[in-house]
Amino acid sequence: MQREIVLPGTYLGERKGRKVTNCYVEDDKVFSKVLGVLKISEEEISVVPLAGKYFPKVGDRIIGRIEEIEVSGWWVDINSPYRAFLPLGEAVEEFVDVRRVDLSRFYDIDDIIFCKITKVTKNKIIQVSMKDMLARKLFGGITIKITPYKVARVIGKGGSMIEMIKKKTGSEIYVGQNGVIWIKGGKKEKAIEAILTIEKEAHVVGLTEKIAKMLGE
Amino acid sequence: MKKSEVPLIINGRRIDGRLPEELREIKMSIGEISNADGSARVSFGKTEAIVAVYGPRALFPKFLQESDVGLVRVIYSMSPFSVDERKNPAPDRRSIEISKVTKEALTAAIFIEDFPKAVVDIYENIIQADGSTRVTAINAASLALASAGIPMRDLVAACSVGKVDNTLIVDLNGKEDNYSESDMAVAMMPSKGLITLLQMDGRLTKEEVLELLRKAEEVCKKIYELQKKVLFEKFKVEREEE
Amino acid sequence: MMEGFVKEYLNQGKRIDGRGFKDYRQIEIKHSVVSKAEGSAFVNLGGTKVYAGVKLDIGEPFPDTPNEGILIVNAEFTPLSSPKIEPGPPGEDAIELARIVDRIIRESQAIELEKLLIEEGKVWIVYVDLAVFDMRGNLMDASMLASIEALLHTQIPKVENGKIVRGEFTSKLPVVFKPVSVTIGKYGNNLLVDLSKEEEEIVDAKLVIGVRDDDKICAMQKQGIGTFSLKDIENALDLAIEKSKELRRLL
Repeated sequence: MQREIVLPGTYLGERKGRKVTNCYVEDDKVFSKVLGVLKISEEEISVVPLAGKYFPKVGDRIIGRIEEIEVSGWWVDINSPYRAFLPLGEAVEEFVDVRRVDLSRFYDIDDIIFCKITKVTKNKIIQVSMKDMLARKLFGGITIKITPYKVARVIGKGGSMIEMIKKKTGSEIYVGQNGVIWIKGGKKEKAIEAILTIEKEAHVVGLTEKIAKMLGE
Repeated sequence: MKKSEVPLIINGRRIDGRLPEELREIKMSIGEISNADGSARVSFGKTEAIVAVYGPRALFPKFLQESDVGLVRVIYSMSPFSVDERKNPAPDRRSIEISKVTKEALTAAIFIEDFPKAVVDIYENIIQADGSTRVTAINAASLALASAGIPMRDLVAACSVGKVDNTLIVDLNGKEDNYSESDMAVAMMPSKGLITLLQMDGRLTKEEVLELLRKAEEVCKKIYELQKKVLFEKFKVEREEE
Repeated sequence: MMEGFVKEYLNQGKRIDGRGFKDYRQIEIKHSVVSKAEGSAFVNLGGTKVYAGVKLDIGEPFPDTPNEGILIVNAEFTPLSSPKIEPGPPGEDAIELARIVDRIIRESQAIELEKLLIEEGKVWIVYVDLAVFDMRGNLMDASMLASIEALLHTQIPKVENGKIVRGEFTSKLPVVFKPVSVTIGKYGNNLLVDLSKEEEEIVDAKLVIGVRDDDKICAMQKQGIGTFSLKDIENALDLAIEKSKELRRLL
């Protein structure tokens, strides 16, 4: 399925009440804000950017790094122009007396966490939470960064691509919507090679077969 | 008043053989600088500019941050070897003024509301100068911004126009820039018909100014088509399997 | 807070000080106010106060114009003028202002630079320095008026044995045109002249237009992050030419 590339300022059609993403509207006419791929339907007009930094959205599951410890929580580097805050209440179940307990006991600087974006305000105050079924601290392993907009390709339709990589390499892999990927164990190097190849050749036909061959049996 | 020893128009042709409304050869490319979030190289004849864009990224110190909009910063600089007499690399008053008007010209097109408290840094370097450097750099900046995924209302296209030997011309080269009766730099969002940069000096009647602006608009539209072509070619159509 | 107030008035076609969109505030111009300068002027435009001082010195001409004098314009926004100005070298606003004033004077050919040759290899250097002491908007037009007024009353000092004899003069600086600038602000579909400090902060964009006595346009500079359409510029040019005559009468 070929998708149309649009540029900032490209006219996409009339809004007709539809939801728009990465577009702007003038007189009910919709224009693209960014260089990206157009997805248009009866309910929605959206442009998926082909480049750019990660801008957090509520619900995204991401991989972050603890950057700073505060009295009531932690600042997290989420690979974005903005950093996120993990409040104590969203990270720890038990009651904590902040006057007596050192928060590094729970999460220390440079710890890697798989968490969920729970709040994004207009002024880009970002909040994350560990109170998600899939959230956890990630021990050991290494992290790599890819363009956030290629994450969907790395995951594949219904998770098919990432599952294939995990199976063939035996590695534990977590993929964050923010473009950060954590890998541990198994044939790590092969997994990384595969992921970086997908990032570079996301548009190539027959990519799945190529990756499968690269990973061998 | 600097007067050229050689006439600038002979038999209807300019000193480099062009017709008054003819542009020099234009080359555009994207993505040379791997460390940048976006980059582009544009040349008009012998004038060549390279631009790198970094951002949006966190802005420090904090007092520079505006809570509801982002910041755009531009540094225009000329490499010492870009001109006849070596240019001192330190920023001079001309470069500072050009950086300011360029920042204003590009900010007009950028959705700064989309990255509050953050900054987009645009670094422009003139590798070779033969007239019309600031507009060449703006054309490159526009490509670099788009390829970095910066949200904009439209691309920005720019050109120079002017008057030499009583003739209205477009895309001034170095000599024409120096000896013109008037020269004008124009940048605009072509699909909106809105001008984001306008600088003019010389002696023109109101009608001549308007005539030159009309020519500038036409030229900017041509440059816009080239910019779009380069972007489409660089970011090939994505094919999704199934 | 003030911002919202100003916008409300503009939306209704009015300005908070009761002026029309095409009206300048009260302008006071005085010349020869600094005795040590070869020429000087003081302008108070609606509260924006600027001094222009002209100093002459002897120097070498530029290689490509060996028979012409040299013009150098500089502007200092002194920290006295506004809480936002910090002491130090001129910032981008001051540099831009000085360069626009310079361009308007130069391109209008107001000063007959060819008459400033003293002898071979020696010409007069004309320094125009602007010192800003209060900012209540429209510094550009105030600075332009101050500069031209100062130049119109500049006298060339006597030269004896290759040295300047300060305080003794031989002739007036040859000034043949009186270019002025008209700065126009765009707010929605409206064009306004002589923006006050508050108005400068809320307009979409500004256009500085330099106009010579014969209505020729000598310089244009768009300022701000807004935009102008071709029609806007056409209207602005008409307005600038109209207002330039009023301003020139004050000189």
